[in-house]
Amino acid sequence: MSEAVPASPDPSAASSRPAKGRIAQTFARLAEKGELGLVAYVTAGDPSLDGSEKIVLAIAEAGADVIELGVPFSDPVADGPTIQRASERALRHGTSLADVIDLVSRLRRQTDVPLVLFSYFNPILQMGIERFADAAASAGADGVLVTDLTPEEAAEYRQILHARGLDTIFLAAPTSTDARLAQIAACTSGFLYLISRTGVTGARDTFPEDLPALARRARQFTKVPLAVGFGISQPSHVSVLGGIADAAVVGSALVAEIEKAPDADSAASAVFERVRILKRAAREGISRRSSDPAH
Amino acid sequence: MSYTTQIIRERGRYGPYGGRYVPETLMAPLEELERVYTEASADPRFQAELDSLLENFAGRPTPLQLASRLTEHLGGARIYLKREDLLHTGAHKINNALGQGLLALRMGKKRVIAETGAGQHGVATATVAARLGLACTVYMGTEDMERQRLNVNRMRLLGAEVVGVNAGSRTLKDAINEAMRDWVTNVRDSHYLLGSVLGAHPYPQMVRDFQKVIGAEARVQILHAERRLPDYLFACVGGGSNAIGLFYAFLNDATVKMVGVEAGGRGKSLGEHAARLGASGGYSGARPGVLQGTYTYVLQTTDGQIATTHSVSAGLDYAGVGPEHSWLSDQRRAEYTAVSDDDAIQAARTLARTEGIIPALESAHAVAELIRRAPHMEKDEVVILNLSGRGDKDMETLSRYV
Repeated sequence: MSEAVPASPDPSAASSRPAKGRIAQTFARLAEKGELGLVAYVTAGDPSLDGSEKIVLAIAEAGADVIELGVPFSDPVADGPTIQRASERALRHGTSLADVIDLVSRLRRQTDVPLVLFSYFNPILQMGIERFADAAASAGADGVLVTDLTPEEAAEYRQILHARGLDTIFLAAPTSTDARLAQIAACTSGFLYLISRTGVTGARDTFPEDLPALARRARQFTKVPLAVGFGISQPSHVSVLGGIADAAVVGSALVAEIEKAPDADSAASAVFERVRILKRAAREGISRRSSDPAH
Repeated sequence: MSYTTQIIRERGRYGPYGGRYVPETLMAPLEELERVYTEASADPRFQAELDSLLENFAGRPTPLQLASRLTEHLGGARIYLKREDLLHTGAHKINNALGQGLLALRMGKKRVIAETGAGQHGVATATVAARLGLACTVYMGTEDMERQRLNVNRMRLLGAEVVGVNAGSRTLKDAINEAMRDWVTNVRDSHYLLGSVLGAHPYPQMVRDFQKVIGAEARVQILHAERRLPDYLFACVGGGSNAIGLFYAFLNDATVKMVGVEAGGRGKSLGEHAARLGASGGYSGARPGVLQGTYTYVLQTTDGQIATTHSVSAGLDYAGVGPEHSWLSDQRRAEYTAVSDDDAIQAARTLARTEGIIPALESAHAVAELIRRAPHMEKDEVVILNLSGRGDKDMETLSRYV
């Protein structure tokens, strides 16, 4: 790996944003309607690549606004047991990053829903960041989120992805200082993924009390949409988010449905039902933007 | 240009290796750790407290012993053993555990988390936690719990909670994943007491600094004993903390050659060994990549999935290596080689019978490489081998071969 020095000496190149893509258009449409968005995560290749194709199409049909495709990784340190097991299942039949990109191109022929690749850094690094970005962009992916890549190590990555019109989505956490939030806000595009609590991914019953304060703190530094994730599984979680954020991210709850289902078709219908209910809660919840005269 | 200024091109980097690749939740805690560690390093009271614990609790300085019977047996270079195995808890791991334990107190943390492979770092952490009044949770692969049962019992006796990890190959890498998940969840009141020169910055630098006392002592001791510098240093390399601990004080001494010994396991194909820097020896599967917070040589598939590894020695059974070793290897400042399970076991027997010392299976790998090379060295050449740990914990494995 090179020393993460941007190829272009022009500092504006590294911070330039991709042209208004599907993600931005989607959030603009939601803001117009004053509607909270729903971002859905599934691990690609679980139970199989064909199965994932059916499941993602079902999620899109059920009304999810953005879909994150998890790239399975052998050592998912940020994930709880549900997504760890999904990764193991996907890896057991050899799902690779190249397979997931191929899945994106199959999906792109059938749906216009924004697709985000959600990965750990090493598989991307081994493919080569440029080769990865070329393949992901031509497959029709809209953005990339790398769990273990923070702005400090991401200069080259951002430059390469932005040059191909891919959004680079970064995470902010409850432990992020104001200085870090400012840096993250300057690097993220598409949306900012706000981690609702310290910890790994996974469904929880309760909602963290300090989340509204964290969202307000993040909001000071950026106008990009805020999506809140980690621990969201219930319609009540989603409706609470209405006044706080622009979108809710649901992941482990969907992955758990897939794990329970006897086959891909039943997984697709279970996930369809779950997303439909969550999206209804999102429509009924009021978006932060509808009560915010600044937008 | 001296080694130190040459390699630290920027914070946390050793050439291209190192860095900080972690989930955002851990970034602020790592920044805090770096800040507190930097302050503590410049604080004479911190150093005095650590020195006192190292001397009175851990048993430093450790002897540099002339291994006269082994020297005679091999018929080549004069061999000195740096006796880290004589430290309290039986290995060099206590040096780092004490340093980080004091840092945890300084940061106001109430609990430490650790991973362990062979159990030596877990025992050292449990010991320090008891001594300093901290709660302690240790993650350990269930495969390792089986082969290092004695150390599991020691940790529990010391009051630590030992949590078995059943994922992946159920060894060190999987224990680190689980420790990181605990840390990301309990980051506000817990310190992750990482046991080797691995992980995100500042760990590789901080752990090296807590271990460099090994080489600093050995350098003074050899100059006293031989009136000159050694020709060779030998140490085993898992993560590489005992090796860098010995090497560091000698890095600017151009005449001192360094040999790091990795686990050759039971074969050269991916999955059968843990030789991350051993490509020249025919061991396959290592390429630079990101594992558990750092950019370094990693045993992995072409898709970038981390490979499983094998070694008879739990402490060397890991897919990555400390980033500074990757850089020393690229620069050819140190040479890295690997020895098989069988040769390590045989070396443990030889050392037991010639010197009356039963080495840890990790350290036995370094002994095995020395046994291979010493007969070809001149009689006036001088070697220091870091005997990083004692073999009590390995008696079950060793007794199968007696």
